[in-house]
This record gives sequence, structure tokens and C-alpha cells, in this order.
Amino acid sequence: MTFALQFLIDVLSLGGAYALMALGLVIVYGILRLVNFAYGELIMVTGYALFLAGGTGLPWLVMAAMAILVAVATGILTEYVAFRPVRAKSVTAVLITSFAFSTLLQNAALLFISPRPRNVPLPPIFSQTVEIAGVVTPMRNLLTIAAAAILLAVFAFLMRRTVLGVAMRAAASNFTMARMLGVPANLVITSAFAISGLLAGVVGILWIGRIGTVVPGIGMEPLLVAFIATVIGGMRSLSGAVLGGFLLAFIDTTLNYTLAQDLLKFRDAFTFGLVILILLWRPQGLLKGPATGQRT
Amino acid sequence: MLEVKDLEVRYGAIRAVRGVSMKAEAGQLVALLGANGAGKSSTLMCVAGALRAAAGSIRLMGEDVTSARPEAMVRKGVATVTETRDVFPDLTVSENLLLGSYVHRHDRAGVAADRERMLQLFPRLGERAGQAAGTLSGGEQQMLVIARAMMTRPKLLLLDEPSLGLAPAIVDQIFEMIRVLKSSGLTIVLVEQNVSKALQLADTAYVMRLGRIAAAGTAAEIAATTDLGALYLGG
Ligand SMILES: Nc1ncnc2c1ncn2[C@@H]1O[C@H](COP(=O)(O)OP(=O)(O)O)[C@@H](O)[C@H]1O
Ligand SMILES: [Mg+2]
Repeated sequence: MTFALQFLIDVLSLGGAYALMALGLVIVYGILRLVNFAYGELIMVTGYALFLAGGTGLPWLVMAAMAILVAVATGILTEYVAFRPVRAKSVTAVLITSFAFSTLLQNAALLFISPRPRNVPLPPIFSQTVEIAGVVTPMRNLLTIAAAAILLAVFAFLMRRTVLGVAMRAAASNFTMARMLGVPANLVITSAFAISGLLAGVVGILWIGRIGTVVPGIGMEPLLVAFIATVIGGMRSLSGAVLGGFLLAFIDTTLNYTLAQDLLKFRDAFTFGLVILILLWRPQGLLKGPATGQRT
Repeated sequence: MLEVKDLEVRYGAIRAVRGVSMKAEAGQLVALLGANGAGKSSTLMCVAGALRAAAGSIRLMGEDVTSARPEAMVRKGVATVTETRDVFPDLTVSENLLLGSYVHRHDRAGVAADRERMLQLFPRLGERAGQAAGTLSGGEQQMLVIARAMMTRPKLLLLDEPSLGLAPAIVDQIFEMIRVLKSSGLTIVLVEQNVSKALQLADTAYVMRLGRIAAAGTAAEIAATTDLGALYLGG
């Protein structure tokens, strides 16, 4: 029983983080059909913003909110710098510019801050543990679960109940048709990048909260996780991305619990093996997205 | 209302539209006829702003709109029903209609009245309001996209093959709808394979062949002088 609870908390907290990461990637992909390779850097930027804010002595929540805002701003900047100028030209051009922007941000961190890990300010709650029904678990796991639940609920509400949300879903399914009904392309795209930045910002705080430090390459793993989760879930579907995130967390956690100590370092190999099996079974991912659509 | 001059549309090296000129006067229904591949859809999508004009000009109520974006065209009063219908399949019928009123979203009362009027015109849509649009039949989807286009409060409606692939009874309903819309004073450009039905409703007609206008005149003239069978065969 305690074991089951322990397992559940681990899956939900890891899955919550993974789901948010995946959602941030897929919201842009759904509309532009392009992977934003600079997505991981939104998480990096959050970390460094928090690190820099550490010197201000402001309340932690204010610093965290500022860091998330920096991620949102960077998300919007990504669109203006890497996507908008070349969007209409070619897919290859956008892939290259988004790679370039990612490298640029990483190198800026290397150059202006440091290649070495930097400590970010964290409130004590991130290192405390609680005991629920005999299970001792870090508070940050519960924080992650709560944050993911709230964000996913707010996100679902926005996408279903607001005109902009419905317009974004429509644009993800058929961008040209949405524009022919008056939905401005730039508004939808900028909103997608802003939401992507918001999700990356929140997940960045939670993710970095696990480690306590930020390095220039910190965005690599979240990008990979988000990418795998969306591929499993079906690249075009928002709920698929969330499902993929939780499934990936389930696989990772199960392997953590069951693999012998000396096999644990090969965990990723096992994870990828399973992902390949899932894709062989369902090449489109678990959930199919909207059936029609074209790129612009 | 609409004046197209020497319009050219290209897909890479393919010249789909090669110097098309046409007019639609306010309140008229203009039929645009021609075989598959003649360039009718390309012409229409270019007027809608979804395709770039390689040459020529498009004027709407005197204003040059040749390079306007699709989202600007709808604000100027041009609504488009595409050949592929393009319902948003995962969105409900209501959400699809809601998007039609995107431009007027701040006028809540007006939008509610528009919606009410459309549901009266297409009662089936009301019955299926909460259903995903992708689950509708072809005829219902056609009604939905026409209703959605009307929610934008157009002055000019572009209809691309609204009867395509529908059962005869449904086709009659669709043409009846078009007649009702026309009698409300709306200007319509109608692309149709169903030539005789289109010409019955039309005031003027253009026949396209290989990207050019091969014949133009009043609907009666075109019906009398053009070999309608040849239209289908592309001859
Ligand atoms: N997306 C496209 N890419 C390349 N060629 C196209 C495309 N759409 C249409 N065409 C070509 O342009 C020509 C005109 O097509 P279209 O405008 O659809 O004609 P119609 O509507 O009269 O059947 C055809 O030769 C068609 O093959
Ligand atoms: Mg066509």
C-alpha cells in the first residue's frame, strides 16, 4: 500500500513535469508543424533569471514570477527572431534558425555567466519532506503535482472556453481556414509561443528546484523528454502530449524501481527501446490529432 | 463590388491562372464554370487572400486588395467556402460557428442573433450543436461551412463547388439555400460543376479553360452558346 502510494506520487510528479514540458512544445508544433529546438533554452533562461534575481533580495515568489516572465518574453522573442522572418520561406530555414537561436542562448549563458553550475535561490519548502500515510516524500513532488494539475486545468479551460483558445485549436487543425475566418495568424502564433514560454517557465522552476543549480545545457533533457512524450502521444494532439508525458514518466519510474542498480545507468536505453516498440505498434502516436491541415 | 484584372496565380512553375479578368456587381450571382483543373479554385482562393497573386489586381468596392491577407479580406466583407469544405473536425458545430463570428466577437448580442438566424436556416446544425463537426455527413458539413461563412457577415460570398459529392436531394437543398442568400442581396461568386443548376441562379457567368476566361456573358447567353457537355470534358 505504501509502496503503491510512493509509486503513484513519483509517477504523478514526474509525469506532471513531463506533461507540461510536452504541452509547451506541442502547442507551437500543432500550429506551425515545426519543432522549436530552442524550447529547452526557455527552461535554461528561467534558471538563470532566477539565479540573477537571487541577488535582489526580493521575496522568492516575486523572483520566481519574474523568472517565468523572462521565459514568456524569451518565447515571444524566439518567434520574432527565429520564426517570423523565415516562416513563409521554408521548413529547413526555420529548423536552422531555431537551432541557431538555441545555440546562441546557450553560448550567451556560457560567455556571460559561467559554464559551471550556478545555485538558484529556493525556498526551504523545496528541500523539506512530508509523511503521508507512512510514505516520506519531498514536498517539491507534491508542489509539482499541484502546479501541473492547476496549469493543465487552466490550460484546458482556456482552450475550450475562450474565443482565443478555440481559435488556436482551429488554427492547429487548419491554419489557412482559420485565417479566412479572420483569426490573425500572428496573434495565434505569438500566443502559442507565449503559452509555450509560460509552461517552460513553470516547469523550469520545478525542474531546477529538483537539482538546485542551473547550467547552460540544462534545457537538453527537457527538450528530449518533451519531444519523446509528444511523439508517443501523437505530435498533433494536446491531450496526446499530456498522456505521453505521464506514460513516459510511468516507464521511467517503473524502470527506476525495477532495474538492478548496475543496470540503472542504462535506463534511457530501456526507455527508448520501449518508445520504439510503442511507435512500431502506433506510428502516429497514441492519439491522432486533427485529420486535416497544412503548413504556412 | 468585385473587379479582378489580368490575375495570374502560380504554383512554382505551374501557371494555374493566366490573366483572368472578371467582375461581380453588387447583389449579383456570378457563376464561374469550367473543367477540373481550369483554375477556378485558384482564382477564388486568390480573391480570398489565401493565395498570392503573381500578377494582376483585385479590387473590392473600389479598394485595391491584391495583396491583402486572408484575415484582412474577411474583415472587408469577403467570406469563403472552400472546395474541401474545411470544417474544423475536432471542434463542435457550435465552436465552428463561433469562429465564423470571430471578427464580431465583441458584439455578443449581434453574434447571438446571427447564430439564431443560421440555425433557423439550417435546423440540422442546431440539432447537432454539441457534436464534433468531423462526425457530420457531407451535406451537413456543407451547411455548416456556409452558415459559418455567413456568421462573418459577408458582402461577398465565394462558394467553391458546394454541391460536390452530395446526394441529389441534398444538392437541391444547397441550391435552395444559395437562392435564399442571393435574394437577401448578397453578392455571390459560385464555382460549380453542376452547370445547369448554377446557370439557373446566375446573373452572369464566366467559363474558364486552362487558366483563362474562354467565354463570358449573361447566364442566358452562356447557357445558349456554350456546349455545356464540353465543360465537363475540358473541351
Ligand atoms: N497546391 C497546388 N500545387 C500545385 N498545383 C496546383 C495546386 N492547386 C492546383 N494546382 C494546379 O493548378 C491548376 C488549376 O487548379 P484549380 O484552381 O484547382 O482548378 P479547378 O478549381 O478549376 O479545378 C491545375 O492544373 C492544378 O493541378
Ligand atoms: Mg476547384
